[in-house]
Amino acid sequence: MTLRNRELANLVIVGLLTAIGFASVYIARQAVVSTGSLAYAGFFFALYLAAHLVCRLTVPNADPYLLPMAALLTAVGLTEIYRLDPTDAFRQGLWIVVAVGALAATLFLLQRDYRRLESYKYLCGVAAIALLMLPALPVIGQQVNGARLWVHFGSLQFQPGELAKVLLIVFLAGYLREKREVLAQGRLKDFGPLLVIWGGAMLVLVETNDLGSALLYFGIFLAMLYVATGRLLFIVIGGLLFVGGAAAAYKLIGHVRTRVEIWIDPWPHIHTTGYQITQSLYSIANGGFAGPGLGKGTFTTTSGAQLIPSANTDFIYSAIAQELGLIGAAALLLVFMLFVARGMKVAMLADDGFSKLLAAGLTFSFALQTFIIVGGILRMIPLTGVTLPFVSYGGSSVVANFILLAGLLLISNRSNSVDR
Amino acid sequence: MNRQIAQLSILALAMIAALIVGTTYWQTWAAAGLADRQDNAIKLVAQFSIKRGLIRAADGEILATNRKKKTKSGQTVYLRRYPLAGLFAHVVGYSTVSRARTGLEASENDYLTGSNTNLKTILDKTLSQLRGATIKGNDLWLTLKPRAQRVAMAQLAGKCGAAVALDPRTGAVLAMASQPTFNPNQVETNFGAIARAGAPCRPASRLVNRATAGLFVPGSSFKVVTSAAALDSGRYNINSTFFDPGYCIEYGKQVHNFADQGNVERFGTVSFLEALEHSINAVFCNIGKTIGARSVVNGAKRFGFYKDPPLETPSNERDPSGLYDHGRLFDPKHPETQVDPGRLAFGQERMLVTPLQMAMVASGVANHGLVMRPYVVQRVTAPDGSVVTRTKPHKYTHAMKPTTAAALNQMMQAVVTGGTGTAAQIPGIKVAGKTGTAETGAITNPNTTWFIAFAPADAPRVAVAVVLQNQTGAGGTTAAPIAKTIMESLLSGRSGP
Repeated sequence: MTLRNRELANLVIVGLLTAIGFASVYIARQAVVSTGSLAYAGFFFALYLAAHLVCRLTVPNADPYLLPMAALLTAVGLTEIYRLDPTDAFRQGLWIVVAVGALAATLFLLQRDYRRLESYKYLCGVAAIALLMLPALPVIGQQVNGARLWVHFGSLQFQPGELAKVLLIVFLAGYLREKREVLAQGRLKDFGPLLVIWGGAMLVLVETNDLGSALLYFGIFLAMLYVATGRLLFIVIGGLLFVGGAAAAYKLIGHVRTRVEIWIDPWPHIHTTGYQITQSLYSIANGGFAGPGLGKGTFTTTSGAQLIPSANTDFIYSAIAQELGLIGAAALLLVFMLFVARGMKVAMLADDGFSKLLAAGLTFSFALQTFIIVGGILRMIPLTGVTLPFVSYGGSSVVANFILLAGLLLISNRSNSVDR
Repeated sequence: MNRQIAQLSILALAMIAALIVGTTYWQTWAAAGLADRQDNAIKLVAQFSIKRGLIRAADGEILATNRKKKTKSGQTVYLRRYPLAGLFAHVVGYSTVSRARTGLEASENDYLTGSNTNLKTILDKTLSQLRGATIKGNDLWLTLKPRAQRVAMAQLAGKCGAAVALDPRTGAVLAMASQPTFNPNQVETNFGAIARAGAPCRPASRLVNRATAGLFVPGSSFKVVTSAAALDSGRYNINSTFFDPGYCIEYGKQVHNFADQGNVERFGTVSFLEALEHSINAVFCNIGKTIGARSVVNGAKRFGFYKDPPLETPSNERDPSGLYDHGRLFDPKHPETQVDPGRLAFGQERMLVTPLQMAMVASGVANHGLVMRPYVVQRVTAPDGSVVTRTKPHKYTHAMKPTTAAALNQMMQAVVTGGTGTAAQIPGIKVAGKTGTAETGAITNPNTTWFIAFAPADAPRVAVAVVLQNQTGAGGTTAAPIAKTIMESLLSGRSGP
């Protein structure tokens, strides 16, 4: 079977799973949702068929599992969002259309040679910083839950940090490929850029009040620096710097302090700052081993009030873990692991430094972001609001993740093509 | 670079694997602990999606039922409705979302939600779950008789007080009334109305079941306990004679008899029977001094004092009777020096009792000295009508010798035929009783009045205790007529437990 046929076969399986998911929501919630729910599965399958055809045209030799896995994750997310709020699911469906469009555009634009990006690395870096700074601007910036992550243009709102992440990885891949030899020598003056990036991350942290994003950007940077240089010492120093910065933030920023306090013990704050995390833990615990099934979880009180605020964005994992139980949640995380494994394989098989760094960076950002949000929900680390890749409700997140997917497809297409 | 990428892969995969471990922790290890937490709103919703069992009176009248409601998110919930409003409010309690549960709704929650561990219930529940059907709870059938309950509540209406009626042969609670009452249907939606409503006493404490958690000075009704201890000691019999000078000397001071209409009563030479019949404080004071406080306290314990009176309602809704010191139950180690035996003997000192305990005292005398364990849940039935569990009568305590009980029965009959309790006479039926009038020291309406009784005296089928707060009259004029009416309503119907 050719790679693309394999991809198609996998997509058919995902399509069936999606149909089953929407059907079970429909059965469990006939009182609330309409038969239109089944149309979602058909629409969804058609959309991914289109993405598949784009892949056939542009990246015929790309890894055949990445697209189906991304499809599966978006399908699980869309099903759960639909279960929580059909209106949100409709909007998310539109965003997935936009995202598939972005995937196609990226593939068409860069199908000849994505490595052209390397020459635009500084442009990417500057663009990333500019995007990150947008929410701090007075008129269009917007503060949600104590963190400035959003920008507003009329009724349109988006989170520029998601796109900035991808641009930052492109910049780092280009920059580190160029400087890796000098950096590896470990001369003091070569630490300049490291300190600049650290400062940048801290600035982002202070400006956006968001420990999660800062951890994400800095973690991506350290990982890529390590891949480029192989020097563990950099990571240790970088890690210490980050811990120092975080400690200072804890001292200086009340919002960060609150987050740490409710991480250590949320129960005394159950009616105030700890409400979200405790309700989320109740939700997860209620799932138990097998969960009640899609559409049968409890997300509202008897009077109809929402129990978990932003259940479909930051806390989508708690919703899924309740309805599908440990079996479903673990299966979902295994899909994440498989995606990471495939992404890292793409990085290993790539035959130039830029591609390796880019693939490793994109894949690690995916893994780290998953860890930051789900680890926060599970109280393994302080909770910070980032989205769960592909699964969470949110336009900017979905679009950015499909561009990330496009990058991995392009890289694997290139290395597989060279082999033949 | 591939070596580093491989290492990074391991790190990335380990991070996500750690998330699986974390999820496992919350969904298995920690899940039970979280499920038990009071503030777990999900569990609360789950409990309200169960169709709770009905609560029924002895004759099948429905005391608690369900109202089906669809939430905005499409879930079906069952909210409680109490068709008889305040009539059974204290025993039945309430089950609400915002104010949790009280009464049998709280203590029998497992049966009502089908969470009890009987094989049949587990099987039914699992089948319902598998079919996706609504889980139905088990029904409670109480021992309470609606007619007697209505009479008791009506008699107490407009007053602050309580009444308990037991079947002395079994311990079944036939009526349990507490006033002022509240409408349990208002608890969820209009709690303020309950809190604001006035009452002829302060604090109004509408939500408190005065029958089991109201602590009152027993006054002379406690003389039944003292008499049992005195007769049991073998020092006295029904014919023992005493001289009453109108007072008793304690610690060098005169303690006077009850001042009826301004004049302190003096009886001269009387028998033990006459001393109880006329409730002569001076005689009981001397009996107390003779047998000692330890004997009286131990005698009280044989009736169940110093223990939460047994009943199916939540233990925090039941208080033990006994001596209280600064608001806490006080079990003296050296009663000889710590307790005034004379005042204890006629129910003053620091003795506080619940109406349920006093009903148990009456039923102990009625049932030849044997106090049966009080119970209010007759049986629990599954949704298909089959019996899940049935309460069998159990002995609770041996309060006194049968001969003592026989003598005391006779003495208490004298109270009703020619003593302080004549208002409790029922034509054609022998009634035994004892009055109590305790002075609380308040300036207006200072008396707590009692009447404890049982009937028919030669084959008792009902034992009652009635208490009224803030009275000006005596137990014989205020509480005795109420006790009489309640007993009449229970005896006029079909007999038998």
